[in-house]
Amino acid sequence: MSTLRSRLPAVTGHRLFWPLVVLVLLIAANTVYRPSFLSVELKNGHLYGSLVDILRLSAPLILVALGMSLVIATGGIDLSVGSVVAVSGAVACLYISKQPDQNSLGGVVTALALAFGVALLLGVWNGTLVAVIGIQPIIATLILMVAGRGLAQLVTQGQIITVNSDPYRTIGVGHLVGLPFAIIVALAVTLLVAVLTRRTALGMIIEAVGGNAEASRLAGVRARRITLLVYVVSAACAGIAGFMMTANVSSADGNAAGLWVELDAILAVVIGGTSLAGGRFYLGGTIVGALLIQTLTTSVYAMSIDPQTALLFKAVVVIVVCLIQAPAFRARLRRRAATPTPPTTPAEQQKEQVPA
Amino acid sequence: MSQRHPVLTMTAISKIFPGVRALDGVDFRLFPGEVHALMGENGAGKSTLIKVLTGVYGTDAGTVTLDGARVSFTGPMQATAAGVSTVYQEVNLLPNLSVAENIFIGREPRRLGVVDWRAMRRRATELLARIDLHIDVTELLGSYSLAVQQMVAIARAVDVRARVLILDEPTSSLDADEVAQLLRIMRQLRDDGIAILFVTHFLDQVYGIADRITVLRNGRLVGEWPTAELPQLALVEKMIGKELDALESIDADAGNDPEAVAAGPPLVTAEGLGRTGSVAPFSLTIHQGEVVGLAGLLGSGRTEVARLFFGADRADQGQLTVDGTPTTIRNPVAAIDRNIAFCSENRRTEGLVGELTVRENIILAMQAARGWLRPVPRRRQDELVQRWIEALSIRPANPDLPVRNLSGGNQQKVLLARWLITEPRLLILDEPTRGIDIGAKTEIQRLVVKLADGGMAVLFISAELEEVLRLSHRVAVMRDRQMVTQLTNDDTLDADRVMNAIASGGHEEGAPA
Repeated sequence: MSTLRSRLPAVTGHRLFWPLVVLVLLIAANTVYRPSFLSVELKNGHLYGSLVDILRLSAPLILVALGMSLVIATGGIDLSVGSVVAVSGAVACLYISKQPDQNSLGGVVTALALAFGVALLLGVWNGTLVAVIGIQPIIATLILMVAGRGLAQLVTQGQIITVNSDPYRTIGVGHLVGLPFAIIVALAVTLLVAVLTRRTALGMIIEAVGGNAEASRLAGVRARRITLLVYVVSAACAGIAGFMMTANVSSADGNAAGLWVELDAILAVVIGGTSLAGGRFYLGGTIVGALLIQTLTTSVYAMSIDPQTALLFKAVVVIVVCLIQAPAFRARLRRRAATPTPPTTPAEQQKEQVPA
Repeated sequence: MSQRHPVLTMTAISKIFPGVRALDGVDFRLFPGEVHALMGENGAGKSTLIKVLTGVYGTDAGTVTLDGARVSFTGPMQATAAGVSTVYQEVNLLPNLSVAENIFIGREPRRLGVVDWRAMRRRATELLARIDLHIDVTELLGSYSLAVQQMVAIARAVDVRARVLILDEPTSSLDADEVAQLLRIMRQLRDDGIAILFVTHFLDQVYGIADRITVLRNGRLVGEWPTAELPQLALVEKMIGKELDALESIDADAGNDPEAVAAGPPLVTAEGLGRTGSVAPFSLTIHQGEVVGLAGLLGSGRTEVARLFFGADRADQGQLTVDGTPTTIRNPVAAIDRNIAFCSENRRTEGLVGELTVRENIILAMQAARGWLRPVPRRRQDELVQRWIEALSIRPANPDLPVRNLSGGNQQKVLLARWLITEPRLLILDEPTRGIDIGAKTEIQRLVVKLADGGMAVLFISAELEEVLRLSHRVAVMRDRQMVTQLTNDDTLDADRVMNAIASGGHEEGAPA
């Protein structure tokens, strides 16, 4: 018992312990509600099942949250990702819908390239407002959050553009080597961002800027370029997420595509252990956070929770996760529990939180 | 000296922070109707004494009596309620509220439970009129100059029935006219019987207004004198201290001969370099292998000079020449390109990134210069970091610890290591030994001598005159944001002559260079 107690803080103090516990609990609750929840079937060489669906549906959120992690690490925030999703989806769908043969691979690739380019431009816009002009990130990206919806409406001329293109649909619902195509794309982008930040010095430089901007400037870091870059990466991720979301339903709705995804993404980042104040960021944590949020969303539908209370339910779970994660709250809980804590506990916990 | 009783007496106050004895048995007394200047260099314990007095810190030993009764405040609110008000250097009011709201915040006049705005405006206007300040109290505080804001802060402090008013460097951001106005108000309040504790770094102001002076040094009381009995030179001497400390003496002359280095090739030359509102134009040449010391009291413009050389601030006049080529250094990147390095005096806010590890902090400048696409290979990192951890004996010797967990001295060494691995040709050190223990201090001083021997030029800034004299080949003296003179550190230069130059503005030493 004593060894268990002394080891426990090392495990429970880990950043991802509580998010993972809640994730497991959610899956358990789903399984109790519907025992088939855990089953995964192989049909025509493709995997099917609720868990696979969750993976597939979480792909866009993972992408958006990845970009958001980098922005938040610099001490900023990007509220415009939902609008970028809508614009990029709208541009891609519009181009495809104008093609004589919507199934032509060339046409789809051109559409994707075009829409991706637009997303990059929107990222440059955000980055310029924040890094060059010096507007506070929350205001700067709020501009595009609002204007981007208008832009998407303009592109779609207020209509919902439906496309009938198999190659495009594949991005949302297709399969590759048995797995949903979307999750493979999300994994690939995750890998790319991980390599980009951790195999080069980009990650450390981002963390230096977010941790202490003035000290970084005096150490010769070109903070402006870095800041601009993270907003471009964020918009690029949102652009790809836009393809997935519109391909899922084979249509682009300037109003609804990617609505509120920025909030889910910010939550995923925070649940993953990255501080909104900037500094250290944890891509692995972000992915766990995104999976948790998507599982929650899916559970709400699967358990047919009344849509009127669904959002409230989601909010309660998120609050619980955030509270449990907060060291101050945990410390208070421990004191309440009134069990004598071994004196080594705080030290060990601190050690655990020090990123290796 | 006087038949009056002091309104405030602090006896044998001691305050210990982990590893530092910030106050060691300090006595202090304050009489009603006097302006009492509390003097001392950085780290002497002035702020700590004030914070103990106002209850921000508790004491480890000693007593505070107010009007003969022993008090022990648990916070500034309690101190204010008992009649001890403080106005800080940075105006701690709210610029986005009106003047009247600022004066009465937290104690708004009320009628029937709601704020009586008319009474508030009337009383605010009356209050400011008492100190001869006639402004529209409904305007936002932020729309007025800093001087006016400072006076509003004083008006607020006095209105809460203050008997003791503490002014902590109230004049550091004011211009001459504004200072005069502030001093006039202080005289008026003094004549009303308020006891004023005045902290400033400007000697002229001390001699312009203070009745008595208390000097602290290294957390100890040096003494208390009536202003008339303490000439400027004696004051500077008492603030800086003359006794040789326990440091092993490091003989700069053992390295390069001052005249030999001055005859060598100049590395950096500033001609009429200056920045409005920061430091008056100055000219200074630093040669290869030369250590140039910057002496002067706090706030005299030492740091500002350093920041211009490094491009941390942009000069708006004058010319900088590096290696014989005229250049403009717009930003730190440009300075680093020309092999100039700068260790800021504010390690935490302008030096290190606390969250990052020792390793990351050490390689940050080198990495920034290479660009993020070319990471410093891990093996090279290990090699560099390990070598400098050993060379500077950084403790704990764990490169993967967040740097904020290290002590001040070790943090300073990490910052030094960051710049040394970039192999600079000019190293600017702003107070590199402040707040660190004597062992680390000696190590850093030795290192400076060694680096200069190896041909590096060093601009060395320190409040400790002994240290500047020990290391420098030449000493540039700053006073009131001007470089008043430059003295060659030959056998005839001693602390007295430098202090004289600081106190007199360099007039005995010839024209400013």
